[in-house]
Amino acid sequence: METQELIRISFRAILSNKLRSFLTTLGIIIGVFAIILLVSIGAGLQSYITNQIEGFGSNLIFLIPGRIGGARTPGGQSSNKLLISDTKTIQLKLKNMASVAPIVQQISTVKYKNKTDKGVSIMGTTSNYIKTVKNALVEKGSFFNFAQEQSGAKVATIGESVKTNLFGNNNPIGKKVYISNNTYTVIGVMKKRGAIFGIDQDNIIIVPVAAAQQQFGLTHINAAYIAVNNQNQIADVKDKVSKILLKRLSEDDFTLQTAESSLSIVANVTNVLQIALGGIAAIALLVGGIGVANIMLVSVTERTKEIGLRKALGAKRSDILKQFLLEAVILSLSGGIVGIILGLTASYILSLFLVSQVTPFSIILAFGFSVMIGIIFGMAPAIRASKLNPIDALRYE
Amino acid sequence: MKSTNVLINLSKITKDYVTEDITTNVLKGISLVVNKGDFIAITGRSGSGKSTLMNIIGVLDIPTSGTYILNNVDVSKMEEDELAFVRNKEIGFVFQSFNLLNRASALENVILPSIYAGVKPSERHDRAVKILKDLGLQDKMNNRPNQLSGGQQQRVAIARALMNNPELILADEPTGNLDTKSGQDVMNILKNLNNQGKTIVLITHEADIAKHAKKIIHIEDGKLIH
Ligand SMILES: Nc1ncnc2c1ncn2[C@@H]1O[C@H](COP(=O)(O)OP(=O)(O)OP(=O)(O)O)[C@@H](O)[C@H]1O
Ligand SMILES: [Mg+2]
Repeated sequence: METQELIRISFRAILSNKLRSFLTTLGIIIGVFAIILLVSIGAGLQSYITNQIEGFGSNLIFLIPGRIGGARTPGGQSSNKLLISDTKTIQLKLKNMASVAPIVQQISTVKYKNKTDKGVSIMGTTSNYIKTVKNALVEKGSFFNFAQEQSGAKVATIGESVKTNLFGNNNPIGKKVYISNNTYTVIGVMKKRGAIFGIDQDNIIIVPVAAAQQQFGLTHINAAYIAVNNQNQIADVKDKVSKILLKRLSEDDFTLQTAESSLSIVANVTNVLQIALGGIAAIALLVGGIGVANIMLVSVTERTKEIGLRKALGAKRSDILKQFLLEAVILSLSGGIVGIILGLTASYILSLFLVSQVTPFSIILAFGFSVMIGIIFGMAPAIRASKLNPIDALRYE
Repeated sequence: MKSTNVLINLSKITKDYVTEDITTNVLKGISLVVNKGDFIAITGRSGSGKSTLMNIIGVLDIPTSGTYILNNVDVSKMEEDELAFVRNKEIGFVFQSFNLLNRASALENVILPSIYAGVKPSERHDRAVKILKDLGLQDKMNNRPNQLSGGQQQRVAIARALMNNPELILADEPTGNLDTKSGQDVMNILKNLNNQGKTIVLITHEADIAKHAKKIIHIEDGKLIH
C-alpha cells in the first residue's frame, strides 16, 4: 500500500476523533514545548557568554568584592571591603604588567534644562576603562583622558538612553548636565549596548572616578577590570594581585575572575537549567508517549472489524502494521508541531527581555523526538493490530 | 493430472474448534469439487457449519486437516501473508452485513482491494467508477455507507468484490439483511456475473434464494448431503 494512501487513512482516523486526538497529544505538546525552550535558552546563554567574553577580552581579570563559589561567612553576605585605594595600590605595583580600571557606581537623578532622568547609573572609572573593556566604545565625542582623570574634572560620557531622554535628537557634546546638584560637561556619547537580562546597559553616565568619589563620598569599588599587557602573564598577574590584596584583606573578601573562570560559573548555571528543563521534557514526553500508546490500543480495539475486513480484502500483516504505526506517528507529530509553534513563540517572547535564541537544531530535535515517540509507543498497538486473525476480527461486534 | 477446469477442490476437510478443553468438530470430512463457471448454493440449518466452510473456501481460515487446491494451487498450508495475497487476487467476498468502511465513500470502499493489489491510482479509480456504473450506482459514488439503502450497500459490496477481477465470488447470506425486492436484485446481479463467467458460491438458508443457483448442496452437521 502506498504511503500517500496510508497518510490519508491516518488523517481520517485522527480527525474523526478530534477532541480525543488533541487530548492525547497534550503530553507531547508540553514535552516538545519544553525541548524548544530548553535549547533556545541554552543557545541564548551560550551566545550571551561568548559575546561577554569576546567583549571582555581574554587578557582581562575581573575583580569583585566578596567570594563567589565558596562558603560565605556565617551571618550571610559579606560586606564590601574593596577600597578605591586598593586598585591604586595594584596599579602602582603592577605598573609595567597591567592597567587597572576600577568601577564605582551610584544611582542618581540627572537633569538638563527642564528635563529630568531618574535612576541613572553614574559610573566612576579611570581612563583605562575605554582601553580595557572591548565592547565599551565611544560613538561620538570622546572619553576622558588621564589628565582629566587625575584632576577629577567634572566631565561625562553619556549612554545612549540618557542622551535620548535628555537631549532627544540634539547634539549633547559641550552641554552641561546636573548630576544630583553638581554640574558636568558632556564630552561624549557611548555606543549602544542594548539590554542584558532586562537591564538597560545604556542608561549610564561615565565620569572620572575622582569626581564620583568626591561628589558622592564613595570609598569602595563595585568592581575593577585589570587588563594584562601580555596575555601569557594572566595567571602570574592574578597571583600577584591576590597577594597584594591578601596583605590587607582575607580570601573571603574578594574574587578574581578571568574569562575562563567566569565561563565555568555560567556554564554551571546553564547546566542546572538545562537539566531541569530536560527533566520536564522527558517526563512530559513519556506521559505523552503512554497516552499515544493507550489511545492507539483503544483505536485498534474499536477498529477490530475494519482490520478484519482489510485482511479479508488482501491486506498483509505489514500493511496493517504500517497503517497503525503511521497513525501513531502522525498523532505524535501533530502534537510535536503544535509544541514547536508554542515553543518558538515562547522563545521569541523570552528573547525580548531575557537571553534566548531559536536555533534550527531545536526544531529538528523536537521533530525527531515526536517521530520517535510515535514509533516507540505506537509499535505495540500496531503489532497487536497486525496479528489479529481475520475471521475473529470480522466477527467482532 | 488435474483438470484445469476445476477451481475449488476440497478433499476430506475437517475443522475443529477448541474452547476450554472442549473440542467441537464443526466440519467432519468435506470433499467438494467446484468447476470454473459453476454457480452453487450451500444450504443448511443454522449452526450446521456453512460459514465455517465458506471461511475455509475463502482462505480466511485454514482447515484442521484435509487438502484444499484452489485454482491448481495447494492453499491448505500457506502462511498468513500468502493467504492474504490469494484472497486479494482470486476471491471476492460478499458478506451478510455488507462490511463497508463507514468513514469512506462508496467509491473508496470499492477501490480498497485494488490498493492492496498495488494498482495505480488513476487506473483503479477508473475501474471502480465503471463497476459502480454497471451496477447502477453512478449517482451514489460519493455517498458514505450510512447514506445508502441496504440494497445499495450490498451492491457497493459486490462492486468491491469485483474490483480485482477475481475468478471466484463467495457470498455468505448476501440477502440476509435485505427485503425481498433488494434480495432479488442482488440475486440477479450474481446470476449475471455467473453468465459472464464468474464462479459463484452462495450460502443461504432460504430455499427461494438457493433455487437461483445451478446446483444446490446441503450441509448437515458438518457433512455434505448430495
Ligand atoms: N471460533 C469459533 N469457536 C468455537 N466454535 C465456533 C467458532 N466458530 C463457529 N463455531 C461453531 O461452529 C458451528 C458452525 O458455525 P457456523 O458459523 O459455520 O454455522 P452456520 O451454518 O454458518 O450458521 P448460521 O446459518 O447461523 O450462520 C457452530 O456450532 C458454532 O458455534
Ligand atoms: Mg453463517
